[in-house]
Amino acid sequence: MLLKELSEAFGVSGHEDAVRQLILNTVRDSVDEHRVDALGNLIALKKGDGPSRRKVMIAAHMDEVGLMIVHIEKEGWLRFQPVGAIDDRILLAKRVLIGDNHLPGVIGVAPIHLLDYKARNQVPKRKDLSIDIGVSSKEDAERKVKPGDYAAFDIAYAELGGQLRTAKGKAFDDRAGCAVLIELLRDRYPFDLHAVFTVQEEIGARGARVAAHAIAPDVAFVLEGTICDDMPKKRDVSPTTDLGAGPAITLMDRSMIADQRLVRLLADTAEKRTIPHQFKQPGRGSTDAGAIHLSREGAPSAVVSVPVRNLHAPVSLLSLKDLNDTVRLMRESLYQLTELDLSR
Amino acid sequence: MKELIKELTEAFGPSGNEDAVRQLIHNRISEHVDQVRVDSLGNLIALKGRNAESDVEPHKIMLAAHMDEIGVIVSYIDEKAFMRFAAVGGVRALHLLGSRVVFADGTIGVIGREKPMEKTEFPTIDKMYIDVGAPDKKQLTRKVGDLGAFMRPFADMGQRMTAKAFDDRIGCAVLVQTLIDLKTTPHDVYCVFTVQEEVGLRGALTSAFGVEPDVAIAVDVTITGDTPEAHPMAVSLGDGPAIKVKDGGMLAHPGVKNWMVETAERLELPYQLEVLEGGTTDAMAIQTSRAGVAAGVLSIPCRYVHSPSEMVDYGDVQNAVHLLVGLLSGPVSI
Repeated sequence: MLLKELSEAFGVSGHEDAVRQLILNTVRDSVDEHRVDALGNLIALKKGDGPSRRKVMIAAHMDEVGLMIVHIEKEGWLRFQPVGAIDDRILLAKRVLIGDNHLPGVIGVAPIHLLDYKARNQVPKRKDLSIDIGVSSKEDAERKVKPGDYAAFDIAYAELGGQLRTAKGKAFDDRAGCAVLIELLRDRYPFDLHAVFTVQEEIGARGARVAAHAIAPDVAFVLEGTICDDMPKKRDVSPTTDLGAGPAITLMDRSMIADQRLVRLLADTAEKRTIPHQFKQPGRGSTDAGAIHLSREGAPSAVVSVPVRNLHAPVSLLSLKDLNDTVRLMRESLYQLTELDLSR
Repeated sequence: MKELIKELTEAFGPSGNEDAVRQLIHNRISEHVDQVRVDSLGNLIALKGRNAESDVEPHKIMLAAHMDEIGVIVSYIDEKAFMRFAAVGGVRALHLLGSRVVFADGTIGVIGREKPMEKTEFPTIDKMYIDVGAPDKKQLTRKVGDLGAFMRPFADMGQRMTAKAFDDRIGCAVLVQTLIDLKTTPHDVYCVFTVQEEVGLRGALTSAFGVEPDVAIAVDVTITGDTPEAHPMAVSLGDGPAIKVKDGGMLAHPGVKNWMVETAERLELPYQLEVLEGGTTDAMAIQTSRAGVAAGVLSIPCRYVHSPSEMVDYGDVQNAVHLLVGLLSGPVSI
């Protein structure tokens, strides 16, 4: 199962090599050209079989949020900084894998017995946390780790089943998008498809920016794993997206107002083909599309996402049904794309 | 010019939905320019080409004013048809209390607020909602993603005017009037009516890349220091358009600033110098486009910016037009 391999691959922002290699091995035979640019984006071209001259870019980011080792204490504990947005509350007592040799470590936490009332109601600050790799001196630690090494959460992929075919794993943001894009590359479309597996999205859409400049697309889509907060709540508030309700189409987030014509194309296609879909709550999050739609003279852009529970936490969950419906919605919409008038 | 200003300020155009404003401007300028195009984000780019017989050294000048206004976007609809919303641009919760919003099709919504825990609790947008008077969710025609704008008519107060969206329809009005008054120019003048300024100067970024100007001037509003207990600022309503020295996002190109100052003095037009501590304009994005652009800003002093009742002085507006016509009629000295 490709999603399992993608989820378990190690790829914190700036060190996406393993994910890139995995994707390249998978798509190599189904694309016409591929290259890796200076920042590490994997750019694949699938030539069109129709008369359309339109250049279509579809991006999904390879990187995941994680940690970077910044300092080794004299007792051998590792101090770290987050890479990308990580909530301090989810770090305690979590297993991580450090460096290219996947050295196991555990983020240390004091036992509940030692916590007074005040301490129990506070989240320890990240700067007070450290990773335990089972050594007892700086010298021992330095034989295995050095500052600058990355750490990723250590979580195995598993399918929980159920009606929604729920799966758990790490980094569904955005390996879910990578999985969808890999599926889309199995087909040929009536236009040149530039598939970009980007780097460094989690720290500011950096890979997407340079890839979009190089490709200069006429239209762009970004495939994401997005916020899903559908746990039971006391108040009637938006879950942002619902698990199992189908691909989420973005209207507006912090980085982009989606092109209304592309949004209509996606929604109309979903209606016509009876593919479940939903609209993501406007105003939340940001994606590679923020950089892509402003590249050069601008490119009409849209974002389609797989809802992911526990986003940016070690264990995230998604519905394989949503994942398949995202592939269906994108594939069907892409076949309609050449008929869409994008002039003003 | 007041009729143009009324029409522009009352048009519906929150960021990302500037179509009505663009159409209105297009109609007003089409016979005064040589080319008009709309780029992929929706910027309206109009070219008034240079008079080839002039012996003044020609420049490619970009003028920018943004068409979009701040607004709200429906983010969630509850079972009783109350609509939660998010801000589009710098909307302050205080200004929303007691306000009405209007949607593109004319539907009117009232802003309501959850009962505060304490009387002194500061209002926040996440505890507000829009009520369009629908008895239940089935009878509601609004959808998540619908954009709303402040609802407030233009009012002519004589020397001064009040309206929603002077930020930056007054800049749009100044550019439209400049194109009408500017009979001939030795330069290629690209008037760009930009989109999505309020959500991050997005239209200016892409249009500047497309136009690739030598010199650029954004026309936008700036705040003033002339109201009771205002934050100290040496800009007042009625003392002339403000020539920007710096704001929160850019240092104006000194050459462009001085070119504007010298032209104002030569034409004996009133002006003030502006140092704005926070906030910025499209000129920030234009300045760093490609290999860099000499960029400045001509500001219209405006009270109560980002409220539904912004206020400007008519003389400042007219003098901004006179200054721009003067700048575009002669040589660029930067």
